[in-house]
Amino acid sequence: MTSGNPQEVSDLFAAYPDPTEAELRRLRDRLAASADAQGILDVAYRTLDTPVGTLLLAATETGLVRVAYETEGHDKVLATLAARVSPRILHAPKRLDAAAREIDEYFAGLRHGFDLPLDFSLSKGFRRTVLDHLSDIAYGHTASYAAVAAAAGHPRAVRAVGTACATNPLPVVVPCHRVVRSDGSVGGYAGGPAAKQALLRLEAA
Amino acid sequence: MKGKPPFDAVVAAHGATVHRVCRAVLGPVDADDAWSETFVAALKAYPELPDNANIEAWLVTIAHRKAIDVTRAGARRAVPVAQVPERPAAQRTDGRDLDLGAALAALPRKQREAVAYHYLAGLPYQEVAAVIGGTTDAARRSAADGIANLRRRYPSTAVEKGTTR
Repeated sequence: MTSGNPQEVSDLFAAYPDPTEAELRRLRDRLAASADAQGILDVAYRTLDTPVGTLLLAATETGLVRVAYETEGHDKVLATLAARVSPRILHAPKRLDAAAREIDEYFAGLRHGFDLPLDFSLSKGFRRTVLDHLSDIAYGHTASYAAVAAAAGHPRAVRAVGTACATNPLPVVVPCHRVVRSDGSVGGYAGGPAAKQALLRLEAA
Repeated sequence: MKGKPPFDAVVAAHGATVHRVCRAVLGPVDADDAWSETFVAALKAYPELPDNANIEAWLVTIAHRKAIDVTRAGARRAVPVAQVPERPAAQRTDGRDLDLGAALAALPRKQREAVAYHYLAGLPYQEVAAVIGGTTDAARRSAADGIANLRRRYPSTAVEKGTTR
């Protein structure tokens, strides 16, 4: 009988265990801290439980780069960040501490505006211009897609404003939920119409 | 989806295997440092890694180099001993792996590496040879010798520790 029989050998190593979940968690936290300290953590992410579901928050060294609803598929969102920003992505909650706190405060009704560094690198051209104008719509107010198009300097680009809102990489923080249809109905939303209505109700309270 | 997965997914998929490899080669005390240095170096180089690369082989190659670095640093810090003893403070309380860990630590380095990279990381002998140097046949022989040595030492170690295995 040879000593290299694979079945025999796998029996030999069955007693040689994987690290525990807790050990791996600690190692991964330590990796995130080292990577951040060395400036090679291009994208840090965490999740945050909110009244509109679990949000994914991601930040570059510049600032918050992505807020994503569960309906968008968090794994898919991370894959897109890897392709469009950088594949150097780790679960690293520390960089998102301020963003998580402000979003918590917003949902508690204690905060009406965000004071966070933002990274708009996922948004280009006219869509980016539209996002800049969304922050002009005050907390508790709404504007129509047509009004935002006019404010952005292209009054006929109503559909393009709809697209810009639908592809907003920073929902909640950049308030695309405040843009509604001229007939008063809420219109579409990345997080689904129920999430949009929940945000508008929160701000109307 | 085109392109590489987020590095976090790489850690999730391979973190446990790389840790087993580091422990097998270095023992429990230095395994954490080698694991951390391996993944920091991998993260640094990750954007340049070709999309079709064998990630496990790439990680084992880095872990191999880091294990050598950790061993050298340890040799500068400490008085060398013939065989690194398993230090109780770093061992698990359940004691599951203590005997095999001691048997692995007693192997000549090349046998230990060949066994770890082939049997724990699952690399084919050709890849093992690329990592540790030498021919594919030499890697296969080192792994076979390592397993034969383990078979001789592991039961006797178990008897000394008073287990029934």
